[in-house]
Amino acid sequence: MTWTSWGISKSPWLYHVSTGSCNNCDIEVVDCLTPKFDVERFGGKLVGSPRHADVLMATGSMTRKSKPRFKRVLDAAAKPFIVAAVGTCASSEGIFHDAYNCVGPVRKVTKDVDEEILVVNIPGCPPRPEAIIEGLVNGLQKLKEVQQ
Amino acid sequence: MATTIPIGPYHPLQEEPEHYLLTVEGEEVLDVDVQIGYNHRGIEKLSEKKTYNQVPFLVERVCGICSHSHPYAYCLAVEDCGDLEVPEKAKYLRTLIGELERIHSHLLWAGLAGHFIGYDTVFMWAWKYREEVLDLLELLTGNRNAYAMMKPGGVQRDIPRKHLEEARPTLDMLKEKSEMLYNAVLDDPVMKARLEGIGILDEEDARAFGALGPTSRASGIPNDIRSDFPYGVYEDLDWKVITRDAGDVLARVEVRLLETLESIKMCEQIINRIPDGGSIDSEPKEIPPGDGIGSYEAPRGECFHYIKSDGTNRPVRHKIRAPTFMNFPTYRSTCIGETIADASIILASVDPCYCCTERAISLKEKDDVNLLELSQARTAEIKKELGLELSPLEEVLDE
Repeated sequence: MTWTSWGISKSPWLYHVSTGSCNNCDIEVVDCLTPKFDVERFGGKLVGSPRHADVLMATGSMTRKSKPRFKRVLDAAAKPFIVAAVGTCASSEGIFHDAYNCVGPVRKVTKDVDEEILVVNIPGCPPRPEAIIEGLVNGLQKLKEVQQ
Repeated sequence: MATTIPIGPYHPLQEEPEHYLLTVEGEEVLDVDVQIGYNHRGIEKLSEKKTYNQVPFLVERVCGICSHSHPYAYCLAVEDCGDLEVPEKAKYLRTLIGELERIHSHLLWAGLAGHFIGYDTVFMWAWKYREEVLDLLELLTGNRNAYAMMKPGGVQRDIPRKHLEEARPTLDMLKEKSEMLYNAVLDDPVMKARLEGIGILDEEDARAFGALGPTSRASGIPNDIRSDFPYGVYEDLDWKVITRDAGDVLARVEVRLLETLESIKMCEQIINRIPDGGSIDSEPKEIPPGDGIGSYEAPRGECFHYIKSDGTNRPVRHKIRAPTFMNFPTYRSTCIGETIADASIILASVDPCYCCTERAISLKEKDDVNLLELSQARTAEIKKELGLELSPLEEVLDE
C-alpha cells in the first residue's frame, strides 16, 4: 500500500458534482455529513474544488451540457481518485435511458477519458445515506487493492 | 472599473449546477446574470410516451425535494381534464404527505441558509430535525424521498391508523424544536446582522416579476394556492397564510419557519380527522379528449401542470412550470446594489431549484451542433443496441 492510498482510505475528501440530477441524490450526499450519519467520523469531508478531492460524487443522468464540464472535472482531479456514481440515473440512467438530452451513465463518460478510472455504482432512487457510505467504503477498499 | 466574477457551474455554494455571472465594482454588485440548462433532461417529452398512471413516477423525478408536488399537480391536471372524483380519504392522505414534505423542505432551506452565511450550527441543527421528518415519511410511505403516493383519481396505498398514531410524538417533538429554531434564529444577533435589510424585494417588484410562494409572501402579497384555489382538504383545516411586509431575506426566513409551524398544526388536524374506512382510489378507466390544468402550492410556490388528452391512454402534451421559473428573475431587483458577500444568501433566498425550472433547452446552430444530426445519431445508437438494421445515412453518422 502506498502512502497516498493509505491517506485516502483514512480520510477521503469528497467533491460533489451534479451531472443533471433531480436534487434528490445531492441532498442525500449532504445528508451524510449531518449529525445523524456524520461521515466525518470516517474522515470524510466535502471540499470545494476537484483538485482537493479523492472521491468525485457524481449524481444524475449525464446531460448534454454537463458532459464536457464533467470531463474537465475528471481532468482536474488529483490522481488517484475514485468516481462514485450515486443513484440509479448515474449508475444506469434509469428512467432517463431514452431521453434525448441524456448521453449515458457516468461510467460511459469516464471510459472516454480514461479506461482505468475506478467507478463505484451506488444504485437507489435515492440511495439511502447508509448505502452511500457503504459504497464509498467498498470503493476505497477497491482502490487499495488496485494500488498494491 | 467593473469586473466580472463567474461562479459555477460546479461550485460549493449550491448543490445544483448553474452559472452565475456577477458584474461588480469593488464590493458592489452592478449586474447579475444566470445561465442554466445543465439539468434539462426532457421530462415533458418522455411523459408523452408514458401512460397516465406511469407519469406520476416520472414527474416525481423532476425534483427530489418537492417530489410530492409535481405528481400532485399532474394528478390535479388529469382530474381536471377527466372530471374525476377523488375519495375523501385519498384527499386527506395526499394533503398529509404534502404538508410533511413542506416541513422537510423548509427545514432543509433554513439549514442551507445558515450554511450560506457561514453559520454551520444552524445548518447542522436544522438538518438534524429534518431527519425526523424523513423517518416519519419513511414510516408512512416507505421511502425517505420520492414517496410514490400519487395516482390520478386517488392514492397508491393506504396508511394504517397504527402508523398515523405513531406520527403524533414526532410531530410534537418537531413543533417544540421548530419553535426553538424560530426563536434561536430570530434572537440571534449574527443572523439579524447578516439578514436584516438585505435583498429587499418590495411589493411592486414582486408583483411585476410575478414572484410566487414564500418569496412573494415575504413581500406582503398573500399569494397562496392553498387558500386562493383550494384543493385537497385545505378548506376544512384551520390554518392561516403567513405574510411579512419587510421583503428582506430575514422576512423570507421568518415566513418559511412560521409556515413549518402551520404545517405541523395542519398535520395534527389531518391525523385527527382522517376517516378510518372507505376507498382510496376512484379507479378511473379512461381520460376523455380535452385539456386540464393543475395548480399546487409547492414549498417554493405555485407548481403548474397542463395536460392535453386525445382520448388515448397517454397525454399528447404535458407542460410543467415550476415556481423557481418565476422567482429567479427577482435577482435583478434584489441583488443589484448589494455587496458580494451578501449576494450568495440573496441568490439562495428564493430557494432556487433549477432542476424544476429547466424544461427547455436551445441548441444553437453552431458548426459542431446540428439538432437533426444529433437526433439521427441517437436513433442509430438505439437501433444498434437493439440489433436492428441501420439505414445508409445512419451508418455514416454512426462512424
